Amino acid sequence: MTASTLLLFVALLSAAGFLLGRKRAFGIADAHGGVKSLHSLPGHYGLYTAIWVAVPALLLLIVWQSLEPAILSELVSRELPAEIQELPPERVGLIMNDVKNLVAGNFVSSAVSPEISEAAEHWLSLETTFRWIRTLLVAGLTGLGFLFAWRLIRPELRARNRIERVVRVALVACSTIAIFTTVGIVLSVLFESIRFFQYVPVTEFLFGLEWSPQTAIREDQVGGSGAFGAVPLFAGTLLIAGIAMLVAAPIGLMTAIYLSEYAPRAVRSVAKPLLEILAGIPTVVYGFFAALVVAPEIRGFGESLGLSVASESALAAGLVMGVMIIPFVSSLSDDVINAVPQAMRDGAYALGATKSETTRQVIFPAALPGIVGGLLLAVSRAIGETMIVVMAAGLSANLTANPLEAVTTVTVQIVTLLVGDQEFDSPKTLAAFALGLVLFVATLILNVIALTVVRKYREQYE
Amino acid sequence: MSNTSNAKREKGAGSKTASRAMDKVHASLRKRYRAEKRFRAYGLISVVVGILFLVVLMASILAKGYPAFRQTFITLDVYLDPGVIDPEGSRDAEVLRLADYNRLVRGSLQIIFPDASGRTERRKLVALVSNGAPFQIQGLVMEDPSLVGQTLTLEVPASGDLDMLMKGRIDRSLPESERRLSDLQIGWVDTLIEQGRIHKRWNKALMTRGDSRDPEMAGIWGAVKGSFYMLVVTLLLSFPIGVAAAVYLDEFAPRNRWTDLIEININNLAAVPSIVFGLLGLAVFLNFFGMPRSAPLVGGLVLAVMTLPTVIISSRAALTSVPPSIREAALGMGASKMQATFHHVVPLAIPGMLTGTIIGMARALGESAPLLMIGMVAFIVDVPQGFMDPATALPVQIYLWADSPERAFVERTSAAILVLLAFLIAMNALAIYLRRRFERRW
Repeated sequence: MTASTLLLFVALLSAAGFLLGRKRAFGIADAHGGVKSLHSLPGHYGLYTAIWVAVPALLLLIVWQSLEPAILSELVSRELPAEIQELPPERVGLIMNDVKNLVAGNFVSSAVSPEISEAAEHWLSLETTFRWIRTLLVAGLTGLGFLFAWRLIRPELRARNRIERVVRVALVACSTIAIFTTVGIVLSVLFESIRFFQYVPVTEFLFGLEWSPQTAIREDQVGGSGAFGAVPLFAGTLLIAGIAMLVAAPIGLMTAIYLSEYAPRAVRSVAKPLLEILAGIPTVVYGFFAALVVAPEIRGFGESLGLSVASESALAAGLVMGVMIIPFVSSLSDDVINAVPQAMRDGAYALGATKSETTRQVIFPAALPGIVGGLLLAVSRAIGETMIVVMAAGLSANLTANPLEAVTTVTVQIVTLLVGDQEFDSPKTLAAFALGLVLFVATLILNVIALTVVRKYREQYE
Repeated sequence: MSNTSNAKREKGAGSKTASRAMDKVHASLRKRYRAEKRFRAYGLISVVVGILFLVVLMASILAKGYPAFRQTFITLDVYLDPGVIDPEGSRDAEVLRLADYNRLVRGSLQIIFPDASGRTERRKLVALVSNGAPFQIQGLVMEDPSLVGQTLTLEVPASGDLDMLMKGRIDRSLPESERRLSDLQIGWVDTLIEQGRIHKRWNKALMTRGDSRDPEMAGIWGAVKGSFYMLVVTLLLSFPIGVAAAVYLDEFAPRNRWTDLIEININNLAAVPSIVFGLLGLAVFLNFFGMPRSAPLVGGLVLAVMTLPTVIISSRAALTSVPPSIREAALGMGASKMQATFHHVVPLAIPGMLTGTIIGMARALGESAPLLMIGMVAFIVDVPQGFMDPATALPVQIYLWADSPERAFVERTSAAILVLLAFLIAMNALAIYLRRRFERRW
């Protein structure tokens, strides 16, 4: 039986367990003088049985599924002929790959040798036995679980409390997924980065001024030495994020101030959702727009002024990214400005201040920590933004502060290094994970600072 | 006397200074009002700039994209020559499949333009018709082998270049060397137009086919289906897990370091760049668990991990807005904490949770960066049929097409963007509707 039919099978058995458990509860209740004599509702006893039928079997199934490929592969590779086993481990790995592909019915890299087809047959026969064992074990566990629960059903069994304990454990498990995700991110990025730093020293990566990740495939190849100095990438990222913030910070802030302090109700109710559409547009659309409309316009405009503008200038990507961030800045600032107590405004008006004076000299300073927090979050988003720069910024790593030239960013390099097929032991692919680590750490620091500032600020006025 | 005059003088001086002060105040008032007006104008300009950008973006994509929904077709009289298709008359499916349908298309074009001679001219002539035309004929013949020997009047898709010419995207006044169509070809096209053989029709291929190297045969259906499978996985994972996490954190969790840590983690994950989730998927799902590349299942997993924080945060907001009196009433009637939560609080919070989840789904639908990391960026012609088939997603398809140099692909990219935006608008509208319909003010 395949895993999915097995799953269905367990689900059906569990439903049957529910019905049987409830029936037994009713039966026992009749013997003891009505449903009132039971500790829990009859349905609770049914659920209790269903849980005992399903949960152990499912746990077994999960463990089995995660271990089976590794065990199968190990068993098959042990049965390979001796001359193959003596080959270096990479070669054995390649052969095992061929075997797996053959089993899955995919194309195989080379002509199928008799050893490989024999190993594939061995694999298939083992797999069939494994399937049988799995089915038997799962069926056995459901049966055992059912018997166990069946025997436990008594009027004094605290079925509801036990179910609630199970549910509570499930809830806790769900809430810890966030932590597992973070741990998963850190580990996955960290491990590959450590492997990368075995090829390239950390100092060279962080402070090197040259980035050309093309490593030579053959020894005698020209120009493929591979240089992994990431400073040009950091500079490019900061340049584009800087341009974006120059657009987004003033416009977003003024939008928030105008909409919350000045705009009549009607304007506000139209303008706010319209601006929120900007936040909902997928970034790939912005990237397309930046590459196809904004960049040529800027190039044409620059050339009419006699400037030489790269067709993938940092300016185009930065401008469009800035527009994308406007609603983000404005909605965060809006929250912060609205959190400033009305009494402070009233006090300023009573002293004869105009609206703009109140805003600039009372509300803005009071809201400053929150606004700074919001801007930091926006910076972190600009640094991590991928599609706009992949489509509109360049690939060559220039160390320049000129926004009219093409620069490349950390995210662009991650994408170019990892898209397509890769082998996982060349510094070229591992470099992407090192860049990912830098990106994750940088945005993490920005986010933590920003979130703390915003929270502190909120508490201040609550 | 002197006293009074003194007092008078003082008073006069006082009124003089007062009037001077008033002048100053008036002068500064004017300045302050001007500053006020300026400040207000800055605000208005900011709002207008934002909205203007939105309008320009939408208008440019709409203008580029709407012609792609119509495609140029050429009417050809194709003689299904038995000598070409099936010389032995076996009508075997394999023979029919492998026959040279290109020659039939070429033949029918040569009947219209008998003066086209020489290899290059003939190749140029065939280049007016899509590479998909032979496959169209192949499909017809395979479906009904009795057609062989007849002459069919068919509408076959024109090539991308001809289509662009008909839509005015190729400038006839340019010198020949800078155009994708030569003078000769344009002359042929004009003849075809005169004979009434060229029509524009609804571009069915765009909505029903997978990707293709030929723009006139390329469609978004494969990408749409890929996106659909991914979203199903994302929804099935992120909604139950997100709701469960929110219920625990809001209703059961004790306030301690552990829950604080979880909360900080969730807030932080919501702000982690999406590409980092792609790296997670690549390292954990593909390399560690050995899941297949390009599968919607893996894409859905990555997107689920990514949208989970959004779902948790909005579900918590929905739970918090349920007034405590509901819980107290349930507990007072003897319900357990679990019963109070699941029978009373959660049902009241479900509309809010759904709204948040739909918005999270909309964001997941538009996301492409993490999908590039897990190999969903491949050129995939077949429409995926399940969760494990190689697939691509709608935004990734847009990214792929945006890279193609042909003008016809620019048009199709914009059309795909329009379709994507339509889906997003529909999802957001559903979320707004749910909020309006079920929102309760307590």
